[in-house]
Parts: sequence; structure tokens; C-alpha cells
Amino acid sequence: MSELLQRTAADLAELLAAREVSAVELTRAHLDRIAAVDGDQDRGIHAFLHVDDAGALATAAAVDGARARGEIVGRLAGVPIAVKDVLATRGMPTTCGSAVLRGWVPPYDATVVSRLRGAGMPILGKTNMDEFAMGSSTEHSAYGPTRNPWDLERIPGGSGGGSAAAVAGFEAPLAIGTDTGGSIRQPAAVTGTVGVKPTYGGVSRYGLVALASSLDQAGPCARTVLDAALLHAVIGGHDPLDSTSLDEPIPDVVAAAREGAGGDLSGARVGVVRELGGAGHTAGYDPDVLARFTESVALLTAAGAEVVEVDCPHFEYALEAYYLILPSEASSNLARFDAMRYGLRVGDGDPGATAEQVMSATRAAGFGAEVKRRIILGTYALSAGYYEAFYGSAQKVRTLVQRDFAAAFERCDVLVSPTAPTPAFRFGDKLSDPLAMYLNDVATIPANLAGVPGMSLPSGLAGGLPAGIQILAPARADDRLYRVGAALEARLLAEWGRPLVPPALEVSV
Amino acid sequence: MPPETLSGDDVVHLATLARIDLDADERELMAGQLSGILAAVARVQSVAGSDIPATSHPLPLVNVMRPDVPRPSLDTEEALSGAPAREGYRFRVPRILEED
Repeated sequence: MSELLQRTAADLAELLAAREVSAVELTRAHLDRIAAVDGDQDRGIHAFLHVDDAGALATAAAVDGARARGEIVGRLAGVPIAVKDVLATRGMPTTCGSAVLRGWVPPYDATVVSRLRGAGMPILGKTNMDEFAMGSSTEHSAYGPTRNPWDLERIPGGSGGGSAAAVAGFEAPLAIGTDTGGSIRQPAAVTGTVGVKPTYGGVSRYGLVALASSLDQAGPCARTVLDAALLHAVIGGHDPLDSTSLDEPIPDVVAAAREGAGGDLSGARVGVVRELGGAGHTAGYDPDVLARFTESVALLTAAGAEVVEVDCPHFEYALEAYYLILPSEASSNLARFDAMRYGLRVGDGDPGATAEQVMSATRAAGFGAEVKRRIILGTYALSAGYYEAFYGSAQKVRTLVQRDFAAAFERCDVLVSPTAPTPAFRFGDKLSDPLAMYLNDVATIPANLAGVPGMSLPSGLAGGLPAGIQILAPARADDRLYRVGAALEARLLAEWGRPLVPPALEVSV
Repeated sequence: MPPETLSGDDVVHLATLARIDLDADERELMAGQLSGILAAVARVQSVAGSDIPATSHPLPLVNVMRPDVPRPSLDTEEALSGAPAREGYRFRVPRILEED
């Protein structure tokens, strides 16, 4: 494997700016890596559903040309990136991991994608995911699972397992993910990478195929905290095309990451959330994951942070509320897949068939089991007579979760917890039990319900597999994640002596 | 309090509302799974008192307006590019009314 592939995005940006490497050379190295290790649904990492060699190389050549002419280009110009297949890409297939969108080529770009193009970042391709972002393992992709570069027999997390695996497997230095209940952070945790869910509204959702509109948020996937910050700065900020986009500048996350990298957290107040793996709440958590978490908290103390334990008593109801709110919103959002204007159409051959029959047959054929399950659950939770009992009650729990956060952030600048309760599990382990699968998101969901930002970064290894620590900050204070995350990362690296990398880098297909 | 278990018939009714055809195996499997999920989430009904307001959205929202002026949009070919069926410059769709 080319040494270039293991460099950070920040380093690559410097090499490109100094013209020590060309964007074409760098992009080709990543495309070669993808060809060597990505395989297909039966073998290899299978992080990608679509690879755009020609488009990526054309962008790279344009950046090289601009640099040669002395034009000013973006900080990450020429650094390749992978994009989760839930974001619309003009001229490039966008499937959301679903058969219902097989072969669909959007006629427009998502705002996140426009910003990547504007920044001169070659888009390597589209990454695999659980269908419509419903899942924690990529096993719900209609195109076969992505395999974890740490162990090809294990899940890479989900729904954004493709983006996390691409970054962990050195197929891309950076990737875009989306996080509705943990779909950036949980894959980051189980692949040993860094993932950030920004403040709700901090990154445009225009062109992001909606799962649950009050929860969805796009964000960066990377191998270091600084790299995530550099990408966050490219994609973040107000977008008039998204009416829920925050009309204010995002905090200076890059400066925060650079400041934190010094490893000094003097004056920072860190709260350990008791309900997420703390005393009396360890059921379901892997002991090694908890041990790595405790060691990381000790490093925060060593860095000068004041660490206290905080109670967020309603977090234990967050998972339940989420699994009513999400299906409710999803059942409404996914009604757009009606077989009329785009996507699959089944049953049109019978001239007597009505639109309703065609729609029902199409959705039967085009949606996988988990998507059907959640749409029907949401339909139930929203039905007349039960609306108040289910959706209404869940929305009240959401208020209580927000109040828990507000109280905790009066005492603390950031909160911490393990990101996911266990390391990567084996394929099939939780596939037949939806509730067991949902428990993967127990620690990540509260942030989505409250709209606050969250980061996962590696805390070490648990049984030879990566474990993650989650940092949470108040809404609009994403910079705190980067300061604290970079400080912890620096201290962990000093202990380890080198970054966590999968043992078998030379995966062959 | 709504029932916490769903029968196969309940699932058929919901699937009809959701416009998803289900076969018999799916109906039975889903009735069991959905009942399990509903039992697991049922306690949300007893967490919050009537004095707790509902939150629909994580951050307060204001209505967003823009000037009502023409601006570029997709052309007809782009808009039709993903159509499962077209007729001229229109989407061709199955009939929307039952025969009477």
C-alpha cells in the first residue's frame, strides 16, 4: 500500500499546496486502493456502491491546473473524498442502499456535494449504507453488506458503515456521513475512526434523502480530529435551500482542533453521563469498552479537565422515544417513493392497475424488511386514536431529554460516554432481532433528539477491535468537541506511540 | 391505552394504509416483531406528565421566506430523467380512479 494513503488529510493538503504531490497522483492512488481492496458484495471491504474514476480524476486535474496557474484554491483542494449514497450527486447514481432507487441518477447536487465540488475535492464514489439509513450494521443494504477492515467477518457499523470502512481501510482520507440516531458516530467507534454529528441545522440537508427530518444531520468522517474539522468547515454553514439550516456562521472548528492538539484542557469541565455506561447502568456494555472509556476519562483529568459525574435520568427513555419518532417521520418521508416520478415501478404491465396498486406492489418489491417494518410501525404510531399515546408521548420524552442536557450543560462544557456499547459484532448476530440491533444506538440517540453535536473518536482496543468515546456539546458549540477531542487524541497517541490501524492493511480481494 | 400487540389483520390494515403489499409470511413475522417493539417502547406513555410540552423539533424554528420571483430550475428533460415511464413531456402514471 502506498505510504501516501496513510497520511492525514491535513498532511495531504500541505503536500498538495507545496506541489510535492499532484491531485491526480493522489486520486489515482486512492482509486488503485479501492480497486485492490473494495471487492464486491461477496468479498473485500465493499465500502463503495459506485466508484467514479473519471469524475474524480477530472476534478483532480482541474485542481492541478488551477494550482499550476497560481489560482487560489480551497484548503482541501485535491484531497479525495467518499460520499454516503444518501446524498444526491448530479450525474452519479444515488441509491440510499435501496432497490427502489437502483440506477437512479439525480438531476441535481445536494448542497454538501456542491460544497465539496466548490472546494475542489475529487469525489471517489458513493458509499454503502443500511437502506435509507435504517440500521446499525449495513446488513440492511439491498446491495450486500460492507465489511469492517479490522475483521472482514464483522459489521462496520451503520447506517454509514461504507463511509467509515472506506476511511478505516485507507480507501479515502475523508468521507461524508449522515447521523439520525448515531449513523456517523457508531460506525466511527467500531472502525477506529473519527466521526462528527454537527449541531442540528449546522450542515445543510438539501439533497440529503430524508429519513427523519427532525433528527437527520450530515457530517464528517475522518481518521483524525483535525481532519474532521477541516471537512466540517467545508460543508458547514447556512444554506437558504434548507429552511432548517441555522442562519449563523459555524464555530471555528479548525482552530479549536489545533488548540486542543496541545493536549491542555485546563479549565474545561467534563461530565461523565451516569446513565450511559456508568455505575448501575452497565448492562449491555462490553467490559473492555468500559475500561477504555475509563482510561480515556483519566487522560482528560490528566490534561487538566475537571471531571464530574452527571445524571441525565431521562436518557434511559430516549431509545424508546426515538423508535416512535423516527418511524413516524420515516413513514411520512418515504411516502415519496410512490413509483410515479422516479425510481422503481412494478406492476405497470396490467392496464387495469391503479396507481395505488402499482405503488403498493412497487414498495413491496423495492423496500427491504427493516424499511417495511419501520414504515408500518410509524403508520401505527401516527394513526388516529394512538397518536397522543405514542408519537405525543415520545415528543414529551424528547422535551425531558433536552432538559437533562440543559441541566448537565449548566455544570459542564462537554459530556462524555462510550459511543457504542460493544465492539463490532459478527454478521448475522443481531439481524433477526430488531430490538437487539436498536440497542447499538442507546448512547448516540439522545444527541439527535436534542439537536446537540456529538463526536466519536477511538479510545483504544477492546478484544482487538476498536472502541469509541463519545463527546457531546451544547447546540452551536461544535468547537468544544474538537478542542476536547483533539486533546484526548493527542494524549492517547502519546500512549500508543502510533495511530490505531487495522492489523491486515493488505486486504486482498 | 392502545393495545400493545398487533395481530396479522392489524398489520394488513396498516400495510394497506402505508401502501405496501405484504405476503402471508411477512404479515405473521411482522406482527410478532412489531408487538415486541411496541412492548419495549410502551413505557414512554408513563414517563412525562401532562404538564410537559411536546417537542417536535430540536431547535426553535422560524418560518423562512424568499422573494417570490422566477429563478432557474430543472428543465423538462432533467425533471423527467428519472421517470419510470413518460409520454412526451409528461410523466405517464397508472390510472388514479377506480372503474365505476
